[in-house]
Amino acid sequence: MASEKIDVRYVAKLARIALSEEEAVRFGKQLGDLLEHVNVLSELDTASVPATAQVVESRNVERGDDVTPCLDRETVLAMAPQRQGAFFRVPKIIAES
Amino acid sequence: MNELVTRSAAQIARDVNGKRVSAREITAAVLQRVDETDDRLGCYLSRLNELALDCAQRADRRIAAGETLPLAGVPIAIKDNMCLRGTRTTAGSKILENWIAPYTATAVQLILDAGGIPIGKANLDEFAMGSSCENSALGVTRNPYDLSRVPGGSSGGPAAAVASFQAAIGLGSDTGGSIREPGAFCNVVGFKPTYGRVSRYGLIAFASSLDQIGPLTRTVEDAALAYDVMAGHDPSDSTSINRAVEPAANALREDLKGLRIGVVKEFATAKLGPEIDALYKRAYRELADLGADVVDISLPTADYGLATYYLIAPAECSSNLARFDGVRYGLRVEGDDVGQMYERTRAAGFGPEVKRRILIGTYALSSGYYDAYYVKAQKARTMFAQDFRRAFEHCDLIAAPAASSPAFEFNAKSDPYSMYMMDYYTIPMSLAGLPALSVPCGYAGTPQLPMGLQLAAPLFEEAKLLGAAHAYERATEYASKAALAV
Repeated sequence: MASEKIDVRYVAKLARIALSEEEAVRFGKQLGDLLEHVNVLSELDTASVPATAQVVESRNVERGDDVTPCLDRETVLAMAPQRQGAFFRVPKIIAES
Repeated sequence: MNELVTRSAAQIARDVNGKRVSAREITAAVLQRVDETDDRLGCYLSRLNELALDCAQRADRRIAAGETLPLAGVPIAIKDNMCLRGTRTTAGSKILENWIAPYTATAVQLILDAGGIPIGKANLDEFAMGSSCENSALGVTRNPYDLSRVPGGSSGGPAAAVASFQAAIGLGSDTGGSIREPGAFCNVVGFKPTYGRVSRYGLIAFASSLDQIGPLTRTVEDAALAYDVMAGHDPSDSTSINRAVEPAANALREDLKGLRIGVVKEFATAKLGPEIDALYKRAYRELADLGADVVDISLPTADYGLATYYLIAPAECSSNLARFDGVRYGLRVEGDDVGQMYERTRAAGFGPEVKRRILIGTYALSSGYYDAYYVKAQKARTMFAQDFRRAFEHCDLIAAPAASSPAFEFNAKSDPYSMYMMDYYTIPMSLAGLPALSVPCGYAGTPQLPMGLQLAAPLFEEAKLLGAAHAYERATEYASKAALAV
């Protein structure tokens, strides 16, 4: 298992969470400690063990492609932090060239 | 205290269906009890007085019209990670602090259709991540047996509400022990059914392959009652199990004759100190006194539970909580561009424990580490399922501690890992998807505080599990041997 120090700023970037200086130091240490604990898993011989995503029987579930009632647009948009007409409003995504 | 609030859910339902008392009278008494005690306990994040009285009136009308309702007039505390249309549903997080649910969770709807009365939305560790309720961003819940101590978590609000007669049934969710541990701390029954038995539709997701809704109650009979109402397949949750549910209410027993109960060798309680060791040994003896054949069993992977869980659950949480991005609902903190908006929103909206788990999960799933951590944990999980399958060749049920100590004081677990250790005994059953519960089994510590015995059964054997827990509860009656602090 990997044992190198966790690059908490990089991980936070992937997770889209801004960290303060203090948080980066604290979380970095705590995550390092936790990884040490979870490294005990390397003691388990899993070479011939299949991975389990879910323990209880499951099979793919399909349904007919039928139109059924769903939440109406106003109910959904009423929860939006910002809206414009029938749309969610977000900050600019595409930069001007 | 008004005697009406102390009645069990089963008693209330019998009395309301028999027209000996109205749902309205029960509801009024419970709302008054909440008024009198919740400023000290903090069980509820939102009160639902108006809705409660409306539901009570509707239940009384249905009964007057000749219907029989399994939960007629039964006051319910709903953990605030379950949606109830038109009510604030926060998950204990600032990111959802003002979110109004636009639909109702299937489990909640089944409870309401059965005549249950929603008293309020109860406190929890933020997004159900924690073992003390201290991770709630929106309120403090205190243990009804000692106000200087935590109620356990993450279902601390519903557990404390049920213990303090602010409700007869609490709806909780359990991912690694979040029903069983607060059940133990608050001297109530906490029951997690088999993974998939109760629909998760409308439960705000934490770790989807582990999350399961279940009841917290003052009696095993009430847990069976709530389970029988909620269990079953739901087309809205494709992971809910499509197989017949054996009603648990008919399976309650008075002895344990003919049952083999396994005690896990690796869960030796000597390390928990002489008092707790003696308490659990007494509990195992009490099972034998009731006629059970108590046998030793082995779960060789037991010690790897925490490591496995603290990779799988954070990995799933990091994925599930990606949806909280400030776009469609919940908190938004503005930024110069959309990326900055995401980062600021999530920085302001999530508390430290949620951030930690998202970071661990993101790391475990990131390129280069996926096989070493996530896939390894998924393989370990297979070993847990295999271990339990082998163990159940030698026994019908498993007995174990529900927690390693009674309720602790606030701020006692400052190091995250020491808090994670609280779930040491409950996580293995979660990883294997098994039905498991915690039932009061005595008191330990100074002052003397409640402890819980955990019982677990093979997949889908809820009726057998509840049946046995009922026999233990009736023979010992530990819960009634302590006084509330409120």
